[in-house]
Amino acid sequence: MSKFNKKKGGELPAVNTASLPDIVFMLLFFFMVVTVLRKDNMLVQQKLPKADQVEKLKKDRSVFIYAGKPSSRYQEKFGTEGKIQIGDKYTDINSLEFALSEARTKLIPELQGKVVVGLKVDEDTNVGLLQDVKEKLRDLNMVKIIYITAPGNDVKQ
Amino acid sequence: MGRRATPEVNAGSMADIAFLLLIFFLVTTTIEKDKGIARQLPPRQDEQPPIDIKEKNIFVVTVNKENQILADNDLMNIEDIREAAITFLDNGGDGSCAYCKGKRDLASSDNPDKAIITVKSDRETSYKTYIQIQNELVAAYNFLRDRESQRLFGFKFTKVKSAIATGDYKGNEEKAQVKLKQIQALFPMKLSEAEAKKSQ
Repeated sequence: MSKFNKKKGGELPAVNTASLPDIVFMLLFFFMVVTVLRKDNMLVQQKLPKADQVEKLKKDRSVFIYAGKPSSRYQEKFGTEGKIQIGDKYTDINSLEFALSEARTKLIPELQGKVVVGLKVDEDTNVGLLQDVKEKLRDLNMVKIIYITAPGNDVKQ
Repeated sequence: MGRRATPEVNAGSMADIAFLLLIFFLVTTTIEKDKGIARQLPPRQDEQPPIDIKEKNIFVVTVNKENQILADNDLMNIEDIREAAITFLDNGGDGSCAYCKGKRDLASSDNPDKAIITVKSDRETSYKTYIQIQNELVAAYNFLRDRESQRLFGFKFTKVKSAIATGDYKGNEEKAQVKLKQIQALFPMKLSEAEAKKSQ
């Protein structure tokens, strides 16, 4: 009758963790694939204004222009006046043309004619600086622009 | 000497290593989502033909360097811009706009097709205010377009548009595009930007 005897001291068997590494690796690969490491080193402050009536930007055909006050660690050297950044360096309004055409050549040739300029401008910037940039863009015939904004809306209805 | 089986590598700490990497990527990940307000700048032209636009068909929004807003000659708060723009666009003063639900005020715009909104800003206006105004004006257009698409086709213009953009639209995309074009034509977005003035 020992067949029906309950086992004594029924300790719970340990949970098998052999597949834990596999699960973790799966998560790891997911995050590795979706991670976009920031390409440009930010030299200007970037607190984007909020807006909710927005459209998505097509990444493959865009060139970015950053503008704002220099970041706090660069303020000693460059002051607090609004500045323009393209790629990894500050750009003067007059050399914008060169910097932009350089940025444009990095896109695939088929899309270079349809380039959209993404303007990432800090909310404390003066519109005057933006106006100068837009005038230059008109000269370069890069007329499609998009003001990149943060989600949300400060205006109460 | 007989062959010895190579001892198995202890894989017990594999999970720890993987966790470490996982946490690193979790922390550094910024899923970037670039969204914004799209605009098309007017191309350079040497000679611009003089256009005859009645004053009542232009809705002027002026912002000064103190970020105060003057819309249609009234000092206004940013909260009221959307409503004012909707009233202006939806007015239908000359009666040629069958779908307008406005007051048909003769002193305001004739037709949404003729109505133009102009934003004049000072060079020292803050970008934040500028974007808020742009956002409110786009919201006014979206509100009217939503209303008309709801009435004609039973869907919301903005919802369908963003669904097509993200590729989530179920149904015939081309047909929907035609419908969107139709709605856009009812309320064409005519936003002009004057050059920023030098502040005195």
